[in-house]
Amino acid sequence: MSTDTTVSAGGELSAEDVDALAERIDTLEAELADLRSDVENGPKKMVIIATKGTLDMAYPPLILASTAAAFGYQVTVFHTFWGLEILHKQNSKNLKLSSVGNPNMPVPNVIAALPGMDQMTTRMMQNKIADNDVASIEELIEISLESGVDLQACQMTIDLLGYDEADFYDGVTTGVGAASAFQEMVEADIQLLV
Amino acid sequence: MSTESPAETVDVKGQNCPMPVIKTKGAFDALAAGETLEVVATDSGSMSDIKGWADSTDGAELLSQEEATEDGEAVYKHYIQKAE
Repeated sequence: MSTDTTVSAGGELSAEDVDALAERIDTLEAELADLRSDVENGPKKMVIIATKGTLDMAYPPLILASTAAAFGYQVTVFHTFWGLEILHKQNSKNLKLSSVGNPNMPVPNVIAALPGMDQMTTRMMQNKIADNDVASIEELIEISLESGVDLQACQMTIDLLGYDEADFYDGVTTGVGAASAFQEMVEADIQLLV
Repeated sequence: MSTESPAETVDVKGQNCPMPVIKTKGAFDALAAGETLEVVATDSGSMSDIKGWADSTDGAELLSQEEATEDGEAVYKHYIQKAE
């Protein structure tokens, strides 16, 4: 859009000049309203509820959370039930992939159910992750925390599973429940359940 | 041309999604106004990802993206300028 609306030498505005100025004022007012709303509402927000603790399901919330942080979003990931395993220092290093009930696995369920099959498919997946230069869960947790992502561990599930606050990575928020997660979801621009 | 003299280079070769965007964001934040950042990646998805990031980030202008071959490996170079 042209901003150099010219005014004739005599200082009189033509009808086109007035229209152009009116349009320009409308545009600026709209931009101002956007900026005001950004300032008043703060940064955009995303909340992810992470409920799964298998190796394959641990990745999406962490990748999305760290990426959204790079886009300037304020991100909260609320980990509940098996999602807690992702934040557990020890267990996060041993997340498993289940071959039973997973139609993407190259083995039929009757074979997948045999003892040792989960270990085998997990090892296959871990090798693929390493071969394809995909970051480890531990690395993604560190990056997320460094990027300012609030990784929260649901207090009710911590108690239910008999965990201790010290079992989780440094920087993980504990002592939070459904109400605080819900409140953050209400205020968020994006809410996801994984 | 500023793409020829980047103030900073981020080498994310051998790193996959989401690392190129995250490392780009970190280095971009440290740039002074008017400076250009070069990002060198081997992740082919970085072409789309870094463009998407630059499009949605205030003050980040994607000057160019190049695909080259180095040591028989595809390399993707991105040049991003921080607004004055």
